[in-house]
Amino acid sequence: MMGCWILNESLSIILVLSWLGVNLYLFIDTFCWYEEEESFLYTRVILGSTLAWARASAVCLNFNCMLILLPISRNLLSLMRGTSSCFRGPWRRQLDKNLKFHKLVAYGIAMNATIHILAHLCNLEHYHWSQSPEAEGLAAALSKLGNTPDETYLNPIRTFHTNTITELLTTVAGITGLLISLALILIMTSSTEFIRQASYELFWYTHHVFIIFFIGLAIHGAGRIVRGQTAESLLLHNVTFCRDHLAEWQTAARCPVPQFSGKEPSAWKWVLGPVVLYACERIIRFWRFQQEVVITKVVSHPSGVLELHMKKRDFKMAPGQYVLIQCPSISSLEWHPFTLTSAPQEDFFSVHIRAAGDWTEALCKAFGAEGPALKEPWSLPRLAVDGPFGAALTDVFHYPVSMCIATGIGVTPFAALLKSIWYQCCESQTQWKLCKVYFYWICRDPGAFEWFADLLLSLETRMSEQGKTHFLSYHIFLTGWDENQAFHIALHWDENTDVITGLRQKTFYGRPNWNHEFRQVAYSHPSSNIGVFFCGPKALSKIIQRMCRLYSSADPRGIHFHYNRESF
Amino acid sequence: MGQIEWAMWANEQALASGLILITGGIVATAGQFAQWYLGAYSIAAGVLICLLEYPRGKRSKGSTMERCGQKYLTRVVKVFGPLTSNYYIRAFLHLGLSVPAGFLLATILGTACLAIASSIYLLAAIRGEKWTPIETKPKERPQVGGTIKQPPSNPPPRPPAEARKKPSEEEAAGVPAGGPHENPTPVTDEVV
Repeated sequence: MMGCWILNESLSIILVLSWLGVNLYLFIDTFCWYEEEESFLYTRVILGSTLAWARASAVCLNFNCMLILLPISRNLLSLMRGTSSCFRGPWRRQLDKNLKFHKLVAYGIAMNATIHILAHLCNLEHYHWSQSPEAEGLAAALSKLGNTPDETYLNPIRTFHTNTITELLTTVAGITGLLISLALILIMTSSTEFIRQASYELFWYTHHVFIIFFIGLAIHGAGRIVRGQTAESLLLHNVTFCRDHLAEWQTAARCPVPQFSGKEPSAWKWVLGPVVLYACERIIRFWRFQQEVVITKVVSHPSGVLELHMKKRDFKMAPGQYVLIQCPSISSLEWHPFTLTSAPQEDFFSVHIRAAGDWTEALCKAFGAEGPALKEPWSLPRLAVDGPFGAALTDVFHYPVSMCIATGIGVTPFAALLKSIWYQCCESQTQWKLCKVYFYWICRDPGAFEWFADLLLSLETRMSEQGKTHFLSYHIFLTGWDENQAFHIALHWDENTDVITGLRQKTFYGRPNWNHEFRQVAYSHPSSNIGVFFCGPKALSKIIQRMCRLYSSADPRGIHFHYNRESF
Repeated sequence: MGQIEWAMWANEQALASGLILITGGIVATAGQFAQWYLGAYSIAAGVLICLLEYPRGKRSKGSTMERCGQKYLTRVVKVFGPLTSNYYIRAFLHLGLSVPAGFLLATILGTACLAIASSIYLLAAIRGEKWTPIETKPKERPQVGGTIKQPPSNPPPRPPAEARKKPSEEEAAGVPAGGPHENPTPVTDEVV
């Protein structure tokens, strides 16, 4: 059992450890270089080892800023998912964890930024102090370099009669540094889970401050205030000898005045690629926005669910994928993700939207979900659709047995899947790898059943017509029931069809006993690979993950539960 | 952005600013930079801000996720009444606290962040938001035996409900209302 968990999680752990390893390698390598490099010896005399801390964290920052845009380039990820040759199974599952990786890299940026800022703080103070009248020795002499026309300076602060804040605000590096730190902090404080759940729009809009972040980052090093000795000067001026013979600098031929130059900015080289890629990503989104989307049907379901059927040219989807929808009349900047609920075989695509926040409520209102009267087709607001983007459910057909578990509105990806199964069943000639599907739906009230019950009913009939009644086994769990309902249900218990849904398989009341369910599945399919697909809240996800680990056997030929979770 | 309570974001921003002020203050004091006494001030101001901002206020709509262990600080913050629940006062307090730290390089970032937090609090105050403490509800002890219904008083076979509702008629008919039932035929206990 433990072995299976290790196998399931190992790829994630390996990727995280590799990322950490690269960070540590870059940090330590750069640190040691700056601590030992001859051309920076004189800089180190003034600054000490805070120079190395600042530069090492800067390299790590460059690395992480390069990585941060990649996990959210959805079209790139879909492209990678589509190239099936190298992205099968466990690698595909890693692509589902893109948001986790984005957050991890963000934490890396925050930590390195803290080190970088604190180190440069000390550096500025040291530079300032070494210009003071009390400073003496090599540091003072080095700071005075650059006052005559044939000398290049080392110390960017030229006089003591200034304060460090003025120096900060009069250099490119200082101003851009302050700006990008502020941008980073604003992004991080508006991205906490609390804020994201309370107001997605605030999180979304504030996150766009990253544009200022990247522009500032690119020009941050333009001032070239990190200065080291030039190569020519090193040839003429032997630092190991001359550092102890300060008095001889002007006079002896062995120690001509050292010349310095600034390090050229390198951040732009790291981030150019991903920025261009992300810019292409947004251009693709904009282009898709321009494409016409025709709304063919609007259905308003009870419990505040709005169903939209749409058509778009060249739109191809797979079950379980999602699209981003924008409604310019509500908000011209927001794109919201929704899972597709139609099957690929249909000539339209549909989404089911629940009114759960500002934007969705406005959308339901705009489509006349609340009013009694029907809306004219020409008065419906225009929609833009980007996608479809890949998600875990496309893997369902690759397992011989699949367990699909959904709670509440999380059933939407599985609606598309079941419809697809329905259509493929009609064709009935194709031989599938998939032999059995277990479907669990946990729902609070029967009102939400309505739009899905029809689908299950038609599936049930079609399956029995084709003689494949045992292909799909579904279990519906009603978790919100009261005594009146219980009486009613008990009264009709002996009838053939369920009294609430009208389906042949009875509804269960209360929450499922997962141990019991997994045990049953494990007994029925002793040595198969079982794909477990879940869409719902985190708490239940943890329970199901635990069940998967518990009931997977350590024997590689035994039963294995592979867990996949859908999330936005 | 109708649903956003600006105070929520201001709270996160102010808490972050407090931490940044503390960090900058520690570096300035430990490094003995020029005007390091401002660093000491920043540490004190940062601690005060963190303590003030740690307990989250209750949202007017929906449930609020409490921060770990915030109930102790909630009690303290509640004591100050309008000084802490009014966001105008908080906005000006933060603005005032941030000014001295702006004169020291190490804490200038903290100043900028705190100023931003102060302006978001001002916006929240203009929109009429205020800080309300999250009260923990006292746990209701389940009444022992509250759900146990009284068992039926007569043994089976019991007369139907209509007969049970009219004790006066039963007595008139001579059937005993309660008490042990007399079996017409003798009953023997057969133990196998």
